[in-house]
Amino acid sequence: MLAADGRPLKASLNRALRRQKIRALFLIAPLLIFILVSFVMPIFDMLLRSVENQIVGNTLPRTVVALQDWDENADTAPDEVVFAALYTDIALAAEYKTHTRLGSRLNYEMTGISSLFRKTGRAVGRFETDVYTEAFQAADPAYADPAQWAGWMQDDNIRAALPQTTNTYDAWAQMIVEEENDIPAEEEPWDFVYTALYADAAGGAALPISVDLSAIEPVSLQASFAEIDEDWIDPDVWQTIKAFSPSYTDGYFLNAVDLLRGADGVEQRPENERLYIGQFINTFVMSLSIMGMCVLLGYPIAWLLANLPARSANLLMILVLLPFWTSLLVRTSAWKVLLQQQGVINDLLVWMRIIADDGRLTMINNQTGTIIAMTHILLPFMILPLYSVMKTIPPSYLRAAKSLGATDWTAFWRVYFPQSVPGIGAGCILVFILSIGYYITPELVGGTKGVFISNRIAFHISSSLNWGLAAALGTILLTVVMVLYWMYDKIVGIDNVKLGG
Amino acid sequence: MKTTLKLMATTCLTLTATMAVADGHMANEMTIVSWGGAYSASQDNAYHQPYIAQSGISIINDESASEAVAKLRAMNEAGNITWDLVDVEAADAIRLCDEGLAMEVDVDEVLAAAPDGTSATDDFGGALVSDCFIPQIVFSTTFGYRTDMVPEGVEPPSGACDVFDLETYPGKRALNRNPIANMEWALLCDGVAYEDVYDMLETDEGQAQAFAKLDTIKDQTIWWTAGAETPQLLADGEIFMGSTYNGRLFSLIAEQGQPVGMAWDWQMFDLDGWVIPTGLSEDRLARTLDYVYFATDTQRLADQAAYISYGPTRQSSAPLVGKHATLGIDMAPHMPTEPSNAENTFYNNYLWWADYRDDLDAKFQAWLAQ
Amino acid sequence: MLDNENAFVAFDRVQKSYDGETLVVKDLNLAMPKGEFLTMLGPSGSGKTTCLMMLAGFETATHGDITLDGISINNIPPHKRGIGMVFQNYALFPHMTVAENLSFPLEVRKMGKSEREEKVKRALDMVQMGSFAGRRPAQLSGGQQQRIALARALVFEPELVLMDEPLGALDKQLRETLQFEITNLAHDLGITTVYVTHDQTEALTMSDRVAVFDDGRIQQLAPPDELYEKPQNSFVAQFIGENNTLEGVVQEIQGETCIVKLDSGDIIDAVPVNVSAVGDRTKVSIRPERVEFKRDRLHADAHTLKAEVLEFIYMGDIFRTRLRVAGTDEFVIKTRNAPDQARLKPGEMIEIGWLPQDCRALDA
Repeated sequence: MLAADGRPLKASLNRALRRQKIRALFLIAPLLIFILVSFVMPIFDMLLRSVENQIVGNTLPRTVVALQDWDENADTAPDEVVFAALYTDIALAAEYKTHTRLGSRLNYEMTGISSLFRKTGRAVGRFETDVYTEAFQAADPAYADPAQWAGWMQDDNIRAALPQTTNTYDAWAQMIVEEENDIPAEEEPWDFVYTALYADAAGGAALPISVDLSAIEPVSLQASFAEIDEDWIDPDVWQTIKAFSPSYTDGYFLNAVDLLRGADGVEQRPENERLYIGQFINTFVMSLSIMGMCVLLGYPIAWLLANLPARSANLLMILVLLPFWTSLLVRTSAWKVLLQQQGVINDLLVWMRIIADDGRLTMINNQTGTIIAMTHILLPFMILPLYSVMKTIPPSYLRAAKSLGATDWTAFWRVYFPQSVPGIGAGCILVFILSIGYYITPELVGGTKGVFISNRIAFHISSSLNWGLAAALGTILLTVVMVLYWMYDKIVGIDNVKLGG
Repeated sequence: MKTTLKLMATTCLTLTATMAVADGHMANEMTIVSWGGAYSASQDNAYHQPYIAQSGISIINDESASEAVAKLRAMNEAGNITWDLVDVEAADAIRLCDEGLAMEVDVDEVLAAAPDGTSATDDFGGALVSDCFIPQIVFSTTFGYRTDMVPEGVEPPSGACDVFDLETYPGKRALNRNPIANMEWALLCDGVAYEDVYDMLETDEGQAQAFAKLDTIKDQTIWWTAGAETPQLLADGEIFMGSTYNGRLFSLIAEQGQPVGMAWDWQMFDLDGWVIPTGLSEDRLARTLDYVYFATDTQRLADQAAYISYGPTRQSSAPLVGKHATLGIDMAPHMPTEPSNAENTFYNNYLWWADYRDDLDAKFQAWLAQ
Repeated sequence: MLDNENAFVAFDRVQKSYDGETLVVKDLNLAMPKGEFLTMLGPSGSGKTTCLMMLAGFETATHGDITLDGISINNIPPHKRGIGMVFQNYALFPHMTVAENLSFPLEVRKMGKSEREEKVKRALDMVQMGSFAGRRPAQLSGGQQQRIALARALVFEPELVLMDEPLGALDKQLRETLQFEITNLAHDLGITTVYVTHDQTEALTMSDRVAVFDDGRIQQLAPPDELYEKPQNSFVAQFIGENNTLEGVVQEIQGETCIVKLDSGDIIDAVPVNVSAVGDRTKVSIRPERVEFKRDRLHADAHTLKAEVLEFIYMGDIFRTRLRVAGTDEFVIKTRNAPDQARLKPGEMIEIGWLPQDCRALDA
């Protein structure tokens, strides 16, 4: 088909529509950008954080390389080469103050590494490697001249001849510029540079000015580290470092499902450390109970709302929405006052002689407290979708059913209820997803048993600073919700969910 | 189309402008982060007001110290530090220092010497638990109990170990919902010698022993997460005794007149102080250091004790502690450092906890959930 | 006249009030024999639907007695009354198929499966919808849905069927077809039917008797022809069909005829219907098609009126001519479109008249 101007009709139509599409895109652009920046990117960031582990490779680059040759199954600590690399790495990290951060990171995997690194960072400057420095400087004053060093390190022949020295000097020079704000060519290199120079020379490399090395008594770096802390010659520590040296790790995820990477691969954590699977199950069971309570309590209210005359329905609607106008904290605290052992409900029950004064019910700081308070808080999210669906069910259906001979109950169950199911579906999804990620209410009234996985996530975000574990827990939660959503779509069909209309 | 473009451009400009304002720190103000409540009020009276009068710099109080560690890390990652000075507990100061989020300070260079010339290092002494930590107060986690709920003919509880004695002192208890202090008390009250507690806690057997001791009161215990909970539970008569910060109990007893007594024995000593975030610009750092020099001198630290029952960390401040600013009562007897209160005190080993906190926390939470 | 004792359906002095202040239904008396097709006709708010709902059991009478087959049903819940009902919007259950919809009243009556299936099939065939058993209501057209609703109301073989404006949402042609089908079915099955509508054509074409409702009362209860030709009061005359009204005062009553002096001064003959005394104000009603303007067809001794043609409208089967008569501009006459029929021109002056028995003097 051709349009009036002879162009194909399809092309003309596309042209005509394109302008509209671009316009529409411009109109939604602010929202799109907002969602991208405030929602998609943080979630992506979370996913990344749950597997990211560059800190080991960045902080101990040389050690990680040197460790590749070490057999982690051997029952011995690595050799001197690894310790030499560690010496340089830690000395530099101590200047950058990144060794403590790495210590905190590895402490998640093995208790005690944090203080090992902190201790080592303080002690690494006091190693007796100054014997190398003194020996070189005594052999020729040129070795003490910063400018001379800088000159050597620009000579490609010397760089090629002294690989370790070059590598160490470059890192040192960069550190001098960045951390000390000095010029390398004016600063005498530090002991670990001379240590590297000695290592090169001991390996047979030609020095710029030859020095007689036989007079130098070599310092055992392994022994020096062992002197700071015996843990440095513990193969377990080195296994941990090697296991977590890749840039990405499944360690956080393993931890999040009560597993750990032991000597023989993945295994369950000891029983007294298993926490998260139980918490996940607890979270789901409680969210389901809250959802069920919301359906039970919300359904009659929604029915009343949909069937009362407008005036009374409006009043009732205000009562339903009232919780939204009150601060969440106030409402939760109110439940505390009501539910606690010396609280209003217990007092009332004792006064009515339903329970004895010494048999007051425990309704708070446990799962009951969380379920009651959260049901109250999330009830509107069940009532509103139910109401908007029920509003669309004409009363004539019930009348028709009754005129056909159905009792009130049959008419409700066979005719009204099936038509309100989309509202129940929408309300359930809403309440379940909201409750599964709830944090503040369980924190306040949940005690120890009535808390959700989100409370652990919050703990790792704000207290333990184990953001990787928090991200892994969050990712699992997100995945589970999406799987449930998918299952719901398969079973019930998501187009059967109505929020209104 | 043009209108849309204009609209977008305006939005962008507005956003940028807002960010710019949020980022730009006013030349004459600083943001100090603290815990809020009576504690912030005491700092305001003792430090902020005199400093504002003297320097003309205005101080913005931010009360999010309980989230300080997480927020500082987030600010550091975003490269936008909006805080100038943060009040944290010693354990968090160590953590922040380890993470490189707090600045290391040379105490003698940055802080004033004592009036008699003693160097700041010596004056603060053991309170300098981290290179980043500028100590301020000594507080303790200790026990309060309902005086009207003590069974007849029984001596009122005197300390932490009474919390495990359900026979003599029946009723609900409140303890902190984390392992710190609870684990130490459990071992100590189970007969472990004070100096062996942390060594024992490193071992599986020691941990098992502590949990076994805690098991005896587990179903009678409400676990709190905020320091305000125990005073509230005591006031409501929900518990017989519970642990919290001594300053909270002081205000419950002295200011609100509740029938509550203190059980000081084996109070857990803890420190609170300032840390300076890393990455402040030079002028902001200079301003912060000027404030810190002023706010941590001998007189200022003693002044704070007139508003809250936390002890000054400088030895030179102790003799200057006087009466409560409004109630007019002697503050010394309410201080955790008062000799009669401090007969048996437990010194929190922050460095030990820095290593073992994650491990023990996982075990503690798993134990709670069982 | 049927009395309440042997009527199948009877309303005995029934009153209904929703708010306790005003009566929606005032003193309703109605008796229906078995097998009758009765239509309740009236403007909205006249109380006809309320009556239907009281009969169905969805509203309770404030006062009075409703009996079905001689038994008072005031305290019988709707589902035990055994009355079939067709609703305005069909009220087919959207989550059930057509067959399930029809099977529903049988299921709740605990009928066996094979019997159910057979009855459903028969009911569907009855409304020529046999091939739609597996469809959902949403997949049907309006007319098809209406047929299903009808079948569902009939499938459990009730003796009384109520229909609440069942054809209101359909287009004209379909409506006419269905009107025909419904009456046929009702008569074939011998069912007593109460039909509510505000459409007078529907009422006239379908019913054995029509009850015209206004202001909470039955204004007239009569077979369609009587209703049209002999309206008992001016409301019925106005409401049913097109009508010309002239106002005046009764001058003389002589048995079956009376003389009315119109407000314009003209004198006309009329049948006194509900005027009782000389001097009563009256509205005189004449059907447009009963007006004659050809001299040769006028009754010799009848009074005539002068008229000016204002407008001539060609309507296909008929011509509609608007006249100015006795001071009113709204006087209409209708004439059949026959080859010899005159087409009046606006401005033309004519003389009009009618048979005295076609002119009824009603209440003012």
